[in-house]
Amino acid sequence: MNHTGTTTSPSTTDPGGPGERSGLALSGVTLRLGDGDSLVTALDAVDLAVRPGEFVAVVGPSGAGKSSLLAVAGALTTPDEGTVTIDGRDIGAMSEAERAAHRRHHIGFVFQTGNLLPALTVLDQLRLVTHLTRGADLARREPRELLEEVGMAHKADRRPHQLSGGERQRVGIARALMTTPSLLLVDEPTAALDRARSHEVVSLLARETKRSAVATVMVTHDHDVLAHCDRIVEMTDGRLSDQTAPA
Amino acid sequence: MFLALRELRFARARFTLMGGVVALIAVLMVLLSGLSSGLVNDGVSGLKNLPVTAFAFDEGTKTDAAFSRSVVDTAQMDAWKARPGVAEAEPFGNVLVNARSSRGVPIDLALFGVTPGSFLAPVAAEGGGLAAPDGIVVSASATDAGLRVGDTVTLDRIGTRLTVVGVTADQYTFGHVDVAFVPLDTWRRIHAGAGPDDQVRPETLTEATAVALKAEDKTTLDLAAGDKAAGTSALTLAASFAASPGYTAETSTLNLIQVFLYAISALVVGAFFTVWTIQRKHELAVLRAMGASKPYMLRDGLFQALVVLLGATAAGVLIGVGLGALISGGAMPFLLEASAVAVASALLVALGLVGAAAAIVRVAAVDPLAALGGHR
Ligand SMILES: Nc1ncnc2c1ncn2[C@@H]1O[C@H](COP(=O)(O)OP(=O)(O)OP(=O)(O)O)[C@@H](O)[C@H]1O
Ligand SMILES: [Mg+2]
Repeated sequence: MNHTGTTTSPSTTDPGGPGERSGLALSGVTLRLGDGDSLVTALDAVDLAVRPGEFVAVVGPSGAGKSSLLAVAGALTTPDEGTVTIDGRDIGAMSEAERAAHRRHHIGFVFQTGNLLPALTVLDQLRLVTHLTRGADLARREPRELLEEVGMAHKADRRPHQLSGGERQRVGIARALMTTPSLLLVDEPTAALDRARSHEVVSLLARETKRSAVATVMVTHDHDVLAHCDRIVEMTDGRLSDQTAPA
Repeated sequence: MFLALRELRFARARFTLMGGVVALIAVLMVLLSGLSSGLVNDGVSGLKNLPVTAFAFDEGTKTDAAFSRSVVDTAQMDAWKARPGVAEAEPFGNVLVNARSSRGVPIDLALFGVTPGSFLAPVAAEGGGLAAPDGIVVSASATDAGLRVGDTVTLDRIGTRLTVVGVTADQYTFGHVDVAFVPLDTWRRIHAGAGPDDQVRPETLTEATAVALKAEDKTTLDLAAGDKAAGTSALTLAASFAASPGYTAETSTLNLIQVFLYAISALVVGAFFTVWTIQRKHELAVLRAMGASKPYMLRDGLFQALVVLLGATAAGVLIGVGLGALISGGAMPFLLEASAVAVASALLVALGLVGAAAAIVRVAAVDPLAALGGHR
């Protein structure tokens, strides 16, 4: 089953529509955090381009600025210098409300421990996305079908506390893919998982990246899973250096 | 509303606890409202049920003692009769007496002296109306005290004997005492403290407590101008309630308790939603990171509060009305008025929403950045 077909359907005038895909581009991005004396340069003139369907891993020591990179790329915050464009749209020029709309329509987040909402069943975690983006012209996925794809359909009625860490991550990934986003941002998805689960989760990410033609950036400390990625970049003290070949 | 309803179901124990407190407050509100209406009714129904627009008391009488101190004379009555817009102006007498019925029951009565056949004269549902000098028409509520048509009532000290000739359909009470309508001439003798065989000064036989006024249809009386012409201090019927014994003290105490209850309810709801919001800070950050807009999240939160408040208030009012039905048969003056209960419920919900809103606005301040990097 080829789901990329729906995402490349002719674009409409609606800003929430699928639009033309050109991935993520950061150029000269600098982000300073804190204030006054304790000002930290979390990102220092970072350039990064990720194509649709490309799976990029970001590695580096703690405090290097990896989460900050995701925050800027994901339109959670705007950089102090440089530009961030997602599918050709500059997020620096957007208001806070516009950035929120851009996130819900075009960006998928997968967080460290899944960060599912405790009150919702697995199926409802996905249906919430449909609800949040009501009225927008998006190529939405069918929740049950997507759960089938990540191998969680048999637990559609469970709540997060009844799932294992790996299962939660798979639901988190499915949730992030609901709107067929152009950008998928993943922060340490395997931090709480054993080796076998880690490989399952990251290979699922790799598969979905290709299948949905989404530009994926994954931050990880786990060098075992890098083989699933197309490209690895290393972050040290807010600077990026390329390491093209997977380890 | 998608998330709000599912959260209600998921955290039902917590929401039920909070809703329970609001429901208890609603029960208390209904009981207080019933007690309040009951007391007001017990205090001033005798005035409320008179077809009167305003009372004109003697000039300069203090409101809180007007019904016991004021004395008006014929000149003042005639001056009011001549005023434009006045349909009726009749002398009205009021005095509180202690008495004993022929069955030996001690009974307190508010004697309303009115001219038989005038617009103030009571309509008897049982027996007949005012006519004979010693005939009285008593409030329906006096039958609870054991008075029946045909009974005689002997006033303490002066020994005047009055006969119950009729009973009204409605309750007429004044200062928590049953009203007995008595012909004005008899009232004047009693007010002067004269027994059956005593002589009274002739001028007391022209006096009354106040001039009872009735405006012509669709006209508002110019009380100030009338006061000037007649040398009186007039109060509208509603304003004259404050001249009934204990009325102001009772209603202000009950109102104060109600205000406190509203405040407590708003604080309880506000405190609950503050804790609820803080507990979910990480979840809210995740929602914000997922792109949920601030208006969406505020609406969701307020909707949640509204559902709980409506449910809890409805449950509380139902229980309160049920309890009220049990109470209202007894000795306590208790009267449930649909409008009063509706206003109290609406206020409870509205103020609860204000409390919740004060907590829920914090949702907008949640930083979506907090969703990154696991648990910080
Ligand atoms: N809110 C903040 N205020 C000030 N400084 C911050 C803030 N958040 C992060 N920093 C600093 O910015 C730098 C980059 O932080 P970031 O969280 O991006 O690192 P990271 O690479 O994700 O680390 P980790 O691997 O531990 O998650 C660090 O030096 C950190 O101390
Ligand atoms: Mg991090």
